[in-house]
Amino acid sequence: MLTLELCVAGVMLISLIIYMLTGGADFGGGIWDLFATGPRAKSQRALITNAIAPIWEANHVWLIVIVVLLFVAFPVAFAAISTALHIPLTLMLIGIVLRGSAFVFRTYDVQSDTTHRRWSRVFAVASAITPVMLGITLGAVASGTIHVDIESGQVDTDFISAWLAPFPFAIGLFTLTLCALLAAVYLTLETDDTALQEDFRRRALIAAVSVGAMAGLSFILSAEGAPTIRRGLGNAPWSIPFHILTGAVALWAIWTIWNRQFRLARILVPIQVTLIVFGWGLAQYPYLVTPDLTFSNTAAPDAVLRPILIVLGVGGVLLVPAFWYLYAVFKGTSRKTTDSAMQGDT
Amino acid sequence: MTDLLAARAQMAMSLAFHIIFAAVGIAMPLLMVIAEGMWLKTREEVYLTLAKQWAKGTAIMFAVGAVSGTVLSFELGLLWPNFMAYAGPIIGMPFSLEGFAFFLEAIFLGLYLYGWDRIPKLAHWFAGMMVLLGGTFSGIFVVTANAWMNTPTGFSIVDGKVTNVDPIAAMLNPSSFSQALHMTIAAFLAVGFAVAGIHAYFLRRDPDNLFHRRAFAIALSVGAVFALLQPISGDISAKRVAKYQPIKLAAMEAQWETERGAPLRIGGIPDEDAEETRYALEIPKALSFLAHFDFNAEIMGLKEVPREDRPPVTIVHFAFQIMVACGIVLIIAGIIGGWLAWKHKSLPTQRWYLRFVTFCTPLGFIAIEAGWTVTEVGRQPWVIYNIMRTADAVTPMPNLVVPFVSFTILYIFLSIIVVVLLRRQIFQSPRLYNTN
Repeated sequence: MLTLELCVAGVMLISLIIYMLTGGADFGGGIWDLFATGPRAKSQRALITNAIAPIWEANHVWLIVIVVLLFVAFPVAFAAISTALHIPLTLMLIGIVLRGSAFVFRTYDVQSDTTHRRWSRVFAVASAITPVMLGITLGAVASGTIHVDIESGQVDTDFISAWLAPFPFAIGLFTLTLCALLAAVYLTLETDDTALQEDFRRRALIAAVSVGAMAGLSFILSAEGAPTIRRGLGNAPWSIPFHILTGAVALWAIWTIWNRQFRLARILVPIQVTLIVFGWGLAQYPYLVTPDLTFSNTAAPDAVLRPILIVLGVGGVLLVPAFWYLYAVFKGTSRKTTDSAMQGDT
Repeated sequence: MTDLLAARAQMAMSLAFHIIFAAVGIAMPLLMVIAEGMWLKTREEVYLTLAKQWAKGTAIMFAVGAVSGTVLSFELGLLWPNFMAYAGPIIGMPFSLEGFAFFLEAIFLGLYLYGWDRIPKLAHWFAGMMVLLGGTFSGIFVVTANAWMNTPTGFSIVDGKVTNVDPIAAMLNPSSFSQALHMTIAAFLAVGFAVAGIHAYFLRRDPDNLFHRRAFAIALSVGAVFALLQPISGDISAKRVAKYQPIKLAAMEAQWETERGAPLRIGGIPDEDAEETRYALEIPKALSFLAHFDFNAEIMGLKEVPREDRPPVTIVHFAFQIMVACGIVLIIAGIIGGWLAWKHKSLPTQRWYLRFVTFCTPLGFIAIEAGWTVTEVGRQPWVIYNIMRTADAVTPMPNLVVPFVSFTILYIFLSIIVVVLLRRQIFQSPRLYNTN
């Protein structure tokens, strides 16, 4: 039955997917800044910067939406996650702070190449660490090692073992490869320069293969590391068709990247990422934090959830057109003609 | 350092850091929108230059504000999980609304900063208005959530469990209006005078530079208008505190005894062991009058509650004095500026006045920090006033001194960089002169 808390959980899952597709790609941009090589390293970095500059702050807010909905609608789960995963979350926050600050410092601090390179390095390293920590957190939540007494809300944790394990780290690296793939595919369409396009095509292929590898590794490790998820992924009636669908989309995406059908790839790769995150959500249901906390046993009362859902509905009416307008202005088709003007401006 | 103290120090430090950037994010868009509006109206190039120059500084401040705000939203759980498990649903409404307001702010800031050549001029100005509205409402909603911690309403407790949650009633708690009003005005006031002060500094050296003249005119007007509004909101706030948090008021005024016709204390050193305040200049009956509009009204003293239920009196008393002192200087600066402008029918650029406004540059922000100290330290030892103690809200996580030190070093580092970058930008400001 579709309860109010499941509606909120659905909004959270959709927000997480959008965050991956937008904010995740911004982190991916940072990863490719870190691995910018060859004769066009400088233009690669410039392309990344121009691509994410106008949108990264808006993309970032999806994460805040998820956190707020978590503590409003599932307060006990929020408290348990923040307690048991204090360390990876703190590292993630430091990553978020350094990534954002270094990016804007770099934009406005162009006195010399040395300082520019130094901020680039901070931006790039922080961009790589943050999604890994986010993935570790999600992996730990799925792993079934965070035990909570639902009556008292008491968390049984040593603050380390829940996340310092192979499965959460595999999910962390999986997240990293997804971000890198999204960014590389998006970046192929951010430039008219075919040499640059080729650079990111190669990177997209590498990332796509890594995503496959990490997906396989995560699945293998889930047998020991996240038994509940494994049951969901392996045995549910929907699981086999779902895996086939995800795999087919992934292969098709690689095929389009290989054949330089970048516009199609930019549609397929987000679908692939959506299916992966969505599949994880399905496999985890009905648990929010395995094995003790479910959506229903941690949900806030309906008197809280109903007005929140109304706010989400009304807010969405304002937000979606605004978010769409932002993308239409900076990612629309008429964009490239003004690119040079923009570079002169900053 | 105990874990509780480390957690409190980390929260205090994170808030003290973020509040500067948040205030700038709220108020700078107003200055930018005015400058751009003047450009649209007069077509004087200097206004466009000004809006663009201010936008650069704002971009840096906004980014640091956004990421440090993210840290705070996580820290609520990382440091105070028991508080959030209890209060999360009750104060979820203002936080959710804040999420939307901040979202709109971030979206339109992207359009504003990078859309100069991409969207129509009016749409760009409108984007600036949306940033202003998003930032202002974002601040109002967050302060509303904090107000609930001071005057918790909208729920009942049956057998130690929260029931009958009414999120709207929680949001409209008795402190929401007064706190949100006071903080929002404070943001515009502080930023107005900080910007005016910086441009006043340059005007003293370069009095004919149109860029600084226009900037000074806009910023000083904003600062002065809000300076004149602030005593009204301060009065509303004081009366609310007197009614709903009498012990906080007693700490602000270092009032130990319950008495009728209580005096207003200027200065003075509270002695928390001897339970008395020495060396204060006392204005007879003024506190009773200010708090209750009655010279003989009864004011509750700190001795009414046991020691363990009192906030740290010295900190709250000094912070309150600092806030009021800064506020009074800014009000005087606003009045003098208005009077000079009216008398000479021109921008008040008398050298002594420019020097005075330059001196005022940091005062608004000092007042904001001091005011927040009054609100937050004055609420202690409670995290939810009279319901949950701060000590009961803290995470069981050990070694909290480690994240406290890490974030402190990180924020000091960021502060230095921001100051260096802003300084460089300010010193590169354009030189534009009237040709006729």
